Amino acid sequence: MGVEMRIVLRNYNKIDNSKIDDYIDTGGYKALEKAYNLEPIELIEELEKSGLRGRGGAGFNTGRKLRFTHGASGEEKFILCNADEGEPGTYKDRVIIQGDPHAILEGMAICGYAVGAKKGIIYLRAEYPYVADILKTAILQAKEKGVLGDFQIEICMGAGAYVCGEETALIESIEGKRGEPRSKPPYPPVSGLWGKPTAVFNVETLANIPQIIEKGSAWFAGIGDPSYPGTKVMTLTGDLVNKTFIEVPTDTTIRDIIYKFGGGIADGKQLQAVQIGGNSGALISPEYLDTSIAFDAMQKIGATLGSGAVFVTDESRNLRDVVCRISQFFEHESCGKCTPCREGTMRIHDLMQKICTGDGTKADLDLLTDLGEMMEVSCFCGLGQAAPVPILSAVKHFNLLDEERG
Amino acid sequence: MINLTIDGIKLSVAEDTTILDAAEKIGIRIPTLCHHPDQAVKANCRVCVCEVEGEHLLQTACSTAVKEGMVIRTHTPRVIKTRKLILQLILGRHPQDCLNCIRNQNCELQALVEEYGIRDNLFPLKLKGLPEDRSTIAIVREPDKCIECRRCVEACSVIQTVNALCVEGRNHELSISPVMSKPLAETGCVLCGQCIHACPVGAISENEQIDEFLAAVADPDKIVVTQIAPAVREAIGEEVGMGTGDMPMDKFVAGLRRIGMDYVLHTNFTADLTIIEEGNELIQRLKENGTLPMMTSCSPGWINFIETFYPDLLSNLSTCKSPQQMFGALVKTYWAEKMDIDPSGIYSVSVMPCTAKKFEAARPEMNDSGFRDVDLVLTTREVGRLFRMFGIDFDKIEPGQFDPWMGKYTGAGVIFGATGGVAEAALRTVYEVVTGDPLDDVNFTAVRGFEDIKEVEVDLKGITVKVAVAHGLGNARKLMDQVQAGESPYHFIEIMACPGGCIGGGGQPITKSNVKRKERINAIYVEDEKCPIRKSHENPEITQIYEDFLKEPLGHKSHQLLHTSYKPTNKEIL
Amino acid sequence: MNSYKDILSKHKGLPGGIIQAYHAIQKEFNYLPEEAIIATAKEFGIPTKDAYEVATFYSYLSTKPRGKNIIRICESAPCHLAGTNEIVATLERELGIRMGDTTPDGKFTLEFTQCIGQCQGTPAITINRKPYVDVTPEKVPTILAEY
Repeated sequence: MGVEMRIVLRNYNKIDNSKIDDYIDTGGYKALEKAYNLEPIELIEELEKSGLRGRGGAGFNTGRKLRFTHGASGEEKFILCNADEGEPGTYKDRVIIQGDPHAILEGMAICGYAVGAKKGIIYLRAEYPYVADILKTAILQAKEKGVLGDFQIEICMGAGAYVCGEETALIESIEGKRGEPRSKPPYPPVSGLWGKPTAVFNVETLANIPQIIEKGSAWFAGIGDPSYPGTKVMTLTGDLVNKTFIEVPTDTTIRDIIYKFGGGIADGKQLQAVQIGGNSGALISPEYLDTSIAFDAMQKIGATLGSGAVFVTDESRNLRDVVCRISQFFEHESCGKCTPCREGTMRIHDLMQKICTGDGTKADLDLLTDLGEMMEVSCFCGLGQAAPVPILSAVKHFNLLDEERG
Repeated sequence: MINLTIDGIKLSVAEDTTILDAAEKIGIRIPTLCHHPDQAVKANCRVCVCEVEGEHLLQTACSTAVKEGMVIRTHTPRVIKTRKLILQLILGRHPQDCLNCIRNQNCELQALVEEYGIRDNLFPLKLKGLPEDRSTIAIVREPDKCIECRRCVEACSVIQTVNALCVEGRNHELSISPVMSKPLAETGCVLCGQCIHACPVGAISENEQIDEFLAAVADPDKIVVTQIAPAVREAIGEEVGMGTGDMPMDKFVAGLRRIGMDYVLHTNFTADLTIIEEGNELIQRLKENGTLPMMTSCSPGWINFIETFYPDLLSNLSTCKSPQQMFGALVKTYWAEKMDIDPSGIYSVSVMPCTAKKFEAARPEMNDSGFRDVDLVLTTREVGRLFRMFGIDFDKIEPGQFDPWMGKYTGAGVIFGATGGVAEAALRTVYEVVTGDPLDDVNFTAVRGFEDIKEVEVDLKGITVKVAVAHGLGNARKLMDQVQAGESPYHFIEIMACPGGCIGGGGQPITKSNVKRKERINAIYVEDEKCPIRKSHENPEITQIYEDFLKEPLGHKSHQLLHTSYKPTNKEIL
Repeated sequence: MNSYKDILSKHKGLPGGIIQAYHAIQKEFNYLPEEAIIATAKEFGIPTKDAYEVATFYSYLSTKPRGKNIIRICESAPCHLAGTNEIVATLERELGIRMGDTTPDGKFTLEFTQCIGQCQGTPAITINRKPYVDVTPEKVPTILAEY
């Protein structure tokens, strides 16, 4: 505990990301060869046994998603890589790709083999054109070397919409439409891109796959918290001494992340709150610092691991201002399709602005709570359902009406 | 079958049934706003959420299929609280001057707010401040009233394939607007008015011209003459508390006189006349190798559509004016002459099931009588409002009769109001004219009904005529693509712009579902059956007008007054 | 029109390629002119409606004219905490325009953006998507001088 363990970042700054041979020299593309020697279903079983769960936020078992896609009927299937990270305070997918682009390609090819897909698409956020360049080089070199066999990978650039991190909105966007989420079911493994069976994986999830295949499911399952094995890349922002990124086993505590890896609170101040998982994470008060970041442990305290962002505010900060800013993000990023999210995010931001002026009342807090609880259960997609989480936690655990600190 | 429990009631329903439909079967209505029975599931308003045992999230009844053993609660305290809050959110963006809204008392939002007992505003009113759009003569948009349910967008793009309306922007700034944020007139909008039926609130409506009508009635120098289109009688009762088809024609006539019409005539007369002209045009095209398939031209939404989207096919259109415009040209010539009335004093008002008719009447070329042929078009809804304004009790009103010369009609004219009706009416006449034999059976049932595209082959003793019928512009588009590709097997194509034909027109009583349209169609065929004469060429007033005035079908006078030409709209934003 | 055509012909036929085509058009024109949207719809064989709906959905697509260089200032919470407001004030002062506006010479447009994924160096901004991190008011003139 309290020690970094680099699986997806194992090659970060160690190899030249523009050279495929560097990757191959570290054992790259061996896992894919190994996978080819297994029956697809054996491969899927191996991944299921590893316990690998999605690193994008939802935490769905990766092997099971592959199994569904494998079992879906259809000649044409797709593997999509979700590189649309947009959670404020998160940049893990960027560093993973910058550190080791071929690991993503290899992970996608392994998944492609497992489900019978010949095509993969990396959906990359518009903010990362420089990451696209790295991926383009990697794809070109992989093609030249022939390491991916008949599996083809393309890049599709997003155009600035946080909601496209939601997998069906992402699919709509790849299809050249507004990035609005689809009704589920059907889920993408049954009917995804162009109505074909599609498995969507986060960058970090994919980067884990070659290592699991190479080292075995038992190795992976033994790392970190058994309910959410492996490591997690965390990006540390806010009032910390070290604003940096780390990869740690999932049984690491929040305390260790802040005080050990983050170097503690800057300027010798005290911690006021930490938000984990990006904007849709709960604001956690210091009493919960000994919770491990594992998916289920976080859920128990009403928080989430999410994308792995760790956003720290010290005692001197005006928390109302921070919460207001968070609510403004959701107001801006709501796709506008469903009423509770479209209108609710706007009203929450309005209420937070009012509270920020000092005119907030107990009734405003009650309305925030009502709105938040309504949105959590009635919004169309995860964006709207999660948008009120930080607000609800702030109302519950902090005093937003306090003139002094708020 | 799937077994489930809703609000404690056990039931079995077919697979793929939604919670919404399952609940309805046992008499539980779950509220909806974005749901539309003839459209795809959107699940975006979220007011239909219910509790499903085992699910943390509330589930939308409109989009959730039932599963074996499902236990659903449709009106728990949590569900009601959620719905009320969602309604409050909608109200916070919706003008609350319901009293002067065109949809007052006929508004789905208003009804829900009433049902859920909302007595205060939880949120300060925050309107978008979008301007009204009065760029067309037919349709008015008040986008500030829009609740973003998207039903109009689907009606326009999926059902009509016109694509004039769109979803613009995102988040709380999202709005439903004409494409490119242009005034509606600059888009491909064909003014069919199907968006009006789709709208649950008053964001889209007809351009109401009641005041213009009342001013004309008040003007002592004006003689107000009206024509009633086929399909209006079937639906007008719905506006005054009667059932579909229940308004007797003679009481309708009396009602029109009560609101100030000096003379009451019938568009069915010119519908019969259309059949003579159009039937002869078809015979001529068949015999003389004219452009085929010939397409009907009575539906102004359809005319706007082909002028906009298929300008290369304009020569396929029959040159016949619509019955409304034939009537307009004749009322200020033939009829004025017969009645010995100075045509300059005639104010010609038509009562139409249609919004696009307002545009058609205003087309610059529609002045062949030497005057504006039709001065004003009132929709069925506007006439319904006038009936209510005038306090008419249709149980007690004394029946009235049509005025002479242009008031008689046949069953063939009546069925113009339903999809397939023009084709059937034409076949009744063309068959007898071409073969010289009487028809054994005037009922061409193959072209009736709600199927997307219907077809029939008729043997005219030597020539087999292939006829296709489409209603709704999406279906019309299928036939046009076929014509464009040179693969159309048909000689004659009937198109009506609106689903179900004129009975589902944009000016009819607000019609949420095709179920109502089908009821009106049934009423039309009941009326047809009751008509003593059911073939246009047997209408005695038609015989008379040819003898006294027109002389012959497709003759000089006809060409002057009853036929027209078309031109491309050259619109860019399609 | 020709230049749209040239750009579009490269993306034509790619299913779903409309967003990529828009990116390419914006590279030349900094925004999506009305004619470009109409041309795109024609090229992809879709109604203008669909093309317009997409053009108005995404933050990185604009239907309104913008400057040659687009400065985006991250306003997400981590950057906000690190001093975004000061950077905004400095940029507005240096360029003589307000957020959302374009300089009269058409050189710069100032826009807010949400997280740009450079949170190790807050506050962060991008100019034409090139990131600048740990921005301070003092650094602003030097950064602008690059353009």
